[in-house]
Amino acid sequence: MTRQTRTTLTRRGFGTLIAASAATLATPGLLRANTNGRLLVVGGGFGGASAARFARINYPDVSVTLVEPQTSFVTCPYGNLILGGRKQLSDITHSYDGLRARGVQVIHDRAQEIDAEGHRVTLAGGDVLDYDKLILSPGIALRWNAIEGYDEAASEVFPHAWWGGDGSQITTLRAQLEALPEGGVVGMAIPDNPFRCPPGPYERISMIAHHLKQANPTAKILAFDSKDGFAKQGLFQDAWEELYGDMIEWIPASQDGRIMRVDTENKLFVSEFGEEHHVDLGNVIPPQYAAGIARDAGLANDSGWVPVNPRSFEAEAARDIHVIGDANVGAPMPKSGYIANSTAKTAVTAALAEISGRPAWDDPVYFNTCYSHAGEDYGISVAAIFRPTDDGFEATPDSGGVSPSGPLSEMSRNRRLEARYADAWYASITDDMFS
Amino acid sequence: MRTRLLLPTTLALAMAAWPAVAQPDGPMLAEACAGCHGQAGAGQGAISDLRGYDRDAFLLVWAEFAADERPATIMNRIARGYTEADVEALADFFSSLE
Repeated sequence: MTRQTRTTLTRRGFGTLIAASAATLATPGLLRANTNGRLLVVGGGFGGASAARFARINYPDVSVTLVEPQTSFVTCPYGNLILGGRKQLSDITHSYDGLRARGVQVIHDRAQEIDAEGHRVTLAGGDVLDYDKLILSPGIALRWNAIEGYDEAASEVFPHAWWGGDGSQITTLRAQLEALPEGGVVGMAIPDNPFRCPPGPYERISMIAHHLKQANPTAKILAFDSKDGFAKQGLFQDAWEELYGDMIEWIPASQDGRIMRVDTENKLFVSEFGEEHHVDLGNVIPPQYAAGIARDAGLANDSGWVPVNPRSFEAEAARDIHVIGDANVGAPMPKSGYIANSTAKTAVTAALAEISGRPAWDDPVYFNTCYSHAGEDYGISVAAIFRPTDDGFEATPDSGGVSPSGPLSEMSRNRRLEARYADAWYASITDDMFS
Repeated sequence: MRTRLLLPTTLALAMAAWPAVAQPDGPMLAEACAGCHGQAGAGQGAISDLRGYDRDAFLLVWAEFAADERPATIMNRIARGYTEADVEALADFFSSLE
């Protein structure tokens, strides 16, 4: 097939999509002739929901099934704004009804086991689903006890709030923040790379400070970090100084910032060199790896993450399983919602090329923007454009990067605009997943 | 006006770093825009509507972003990451939308 023919086919597909989108919404999916292949999507987050929606819209003859244990999705992005008192849980909770209306069969159960050879996934409830192609977007698991004493039970006392789940982690952290004694100490433990949402901990510091500045201005935030640098560091540190004075102390690994043990009973963080820090409130973001289902299926390497083909996202260890989102080895791409969304679409074109006859997007471009709120009307961003290489991913030279730095007196318009664009990003990306 | 339509040297150099691809897939490239600019370029909140954007104006504005000749928060950083052919495919796509 020539290049020209390819492009024409692709465009016609999208033209039809746009013209038909209103009708598509109104058409019950089960009435469609879903006879030409079965796409199974495991995980209904930024990767999985985007993949299911994109597949449903662009491949009307392929049946699309989504397996996700939660009956609604709580985003990690914008969770920090709950801590800042600027959003409620309902603002960041999304229904799967939009995907259902498009004809995605949504099953609320936990995918338990993958039989890669047999092309089958067994659910916790006992059902077995056959697939032709599997999009696996299972997200992360927390490495319990990687920090001594930090297990699931400890996370009830020192919340991680690093997955959306049913929203209870983030609302618990918010409640603890409101109950913080006057002048109390908030301790945060932040992991080394790679981990989900690289700027997330620092936006969280900002939003906690934003709350405390009004509610508890003599409180302190001690941010213990297992590394010596972080995403948008200069911008965050400028904002902290400008907005929150000396409320925030960031302690890098080189200054004994690595937390090795926590004691929830005595409310202690214990550092690498044995220093004990008493905290009134502890937020522990532990080290992470790919969710259990991916590791159990033998898809991950020794790092705990899943190596994939950089053009198709097919797992190196198994045919017909495309692993997207935070679970894969994507560096230098960040483990972000935008990257999960962007790569989901490429993965779907690769997975369904054979079945549909529509060629895969074989010269893909992967796109990321991460906005963070450092305060009221104070948005900052990092953007990057990535492309596949022979054995991984590469940021496009001389592009992307972070918002310009400078004193707030000169940058206030830029910060205000980026805060508004961040809100629009949130609305757009969640539309691209769930509408 | 003609001269402004020419791509600035910095952009041309950035583009030269990538092998020329005859026909980038405009609709697929534009999928990435949906994360901020909304479904099919329809805009969202403070972020602009791209539907029916005049093709030449799109190319001009993009080149100005890439060259830091136009006030921007983020599009200047983003614009520099795409090849000339990519941008033409995006211009074709968004100008074709209603």
